[in-house]
Amino acid sequence: MNGQPMFHPFARVMHWLMATMILAMLFIGAGMVSTVSEKHQWLVGIHKPLGAAVFVLALVRLGFRLTHPAPPLPADLPLWQKLAAHASHWLLYALMLAMPLIGWGMLSAGGYPVTLGGGIQLPSILPANPALFAWLRESHRYLAWLFFLTFLAHMGAALMHGLIRRDGVLRSMTVARRD
Amino acid sequence: MHDPSSKRRPPHALWRWALIGVAMAGSAAAFGYVGGWLAPGRLTPNSLVDALQANGGDHPGYRRNHAKGICVAGHFESSGLLAPYSSSPLFQPGNTPLVGRLAIPGGNPYAPDSSAPIRSFALRFDLPDGEQWRTGMNAMPVFPVSTPEAFYELQLASHPLPDTGKPDPERMKAFFTTHPETTAFLAWVKTAHPSASYATETYNSLNAFYLRDAGGQRHAVRWRVEPEGAIPAASGPAAGDTDYLAADLRQRLGAGPLRWKLVMTLAGPGDPVDDAASVWPDGRQEVVAGTVVIDGEQAQDSGPCRDVNYDPTVLPRGIEVSGDPLLAARSAAYAESYLRRTSEEGHLPGTESPKEAAR
Repeated sequence: MNGQPMFHPFARVMHWLMATMILAMLFIGAGMVSTVSEKHQWLVGIHKPLGAAVFVLALVRLGFRLTHPAPPLPADLPLWQKLAAHASHWLLYALMLAMPLIGWGMLSAGGYPVTLGGGIQLPSILPANPALFAWLRESHRYLAWLFFLTFLAHMGAALMHGLIRRDGVLRSMTVARRD
Repeated sequence: MHDPSSKRRPPHALWRWALIGVAMAGSAAAFGYVGGWLAPGRLTPNSLVDALQANGGDHPGYRRNHAKGICVAGHFESSGLLAPYSSSPLFQPGNTPLVGRLAIPGGNPYAPDSSAPIRSFALRFDLPDGEQWRTGMNAMPVFPVSTPEAFYELQLASHPLPDTGKPDPERMKAFFTTHPETTAFLAWVKTAHPSASYATETYNSLNAFYLRDAGGQRHAVRWRVEPEGAIPAASGPAAGDTDYLAADLRQRLGAGPLRWKLVMTLAGPGDPVDDAASVWPDGRQEVVAGTVVIDGEQAQDSGPCRDVNYDPTVLPRGIEVSGDPLLAARSAAYAESYLRRTSEEGHLPGTESPKEAAR
């Protein structure tokens, strides 16, 4: 069967690379604010450069996605599931871009130097302001929760397509069937 | 026409659904564990700051420890003598502006100045390239404990009793007997008296750090700022005066800037670089990195130090953290304290607003 709709190989590589990075970011973020051990130090040290990398890759990926449409969802998929699929995909893109920016803005508003390790320093993007810092810091927390819950739904839906419906949707993001 | 979904009904559908459920629940549980919600035994920044807050009382907008203090400003005059040990431009000859804070320990911003025999000095050096060096130092030669866990237990043990307003002596005694690393601190604190001035004190980093030189070699150090030259002692507070430290500072600054030498002590072989509760022997090599000059002060409610988190792990290139476990804990706990007070300052929902003009 050759008409099997697949994502572009570049889109698939980006998807799985960023899935790994983003999931790592969520776990690192949750872990680093929940411990006073030395893990706090090195987790923060990873969190900032990894977040910057996610932001850059998300821009590249979004540009690619806008010029290379995704394969269509199965025609028989209920409308609410189609809507949920589209909404959650755009929400994931929005969070990939917003979370690093909020993190950057929050450090700026807190008056911290924004260092990525190895002597790399980003400029401050917001004026130092305690209220702004607190709002951004709390947004970072709650949007991280939203990010994780959206990931869970995304993974559950992908598995549902792959294991229950077996409609080729999960396969379109993995490897083509060898027929 | 067949219903397409029934055509696709997979074998063992129940097991497949179960697998999906396990994958989702497993991910959620892993996240819950890492985030600490499913690991109640872990010492978190939250629990540490809760313990400090329980001892100091609720004072929205203020730091959860060293709550009472005063903002100071000035600059650092580098001698250039530390340049062979650290590649930071801060230690090249020249001046760097700084924002500092002098304070007393404890979470109560209205505590009398005599409530603790310790004063603290925090500094933020603002380097021209945007880098910063933040340090929080204390006027004591050694820290009571070596680990965040012991610090937490010390906070629990020193929780004031409702009837006396003081810690339970039995509980304190039990803590110190089970924590032999406190010996050096206890020996010092017996002889310590609350000073009548911030200006006469020597403030120690307590934690060790590494300097990294231009050749990539690292050097373990501790540092202190000590008054430069002979500083006249304070006349001592009038009876009943509980806010004498700020008044003394204002009076001294009215007469001219205050100067402290920044002295770096290089570790000798075998000196512990991961234990703030142990003293390094006398006679270690020392380098005077320069002079901290303070020429202005401002109340902390409106001064530039108010919104600074003096996290001692904010370091420029050329200074690095050591393996001292207290450093990560200070960083994590200061961040939590900073979030709480900035949330109160910003009137975020669910937070108590700072009391305006309470003093």
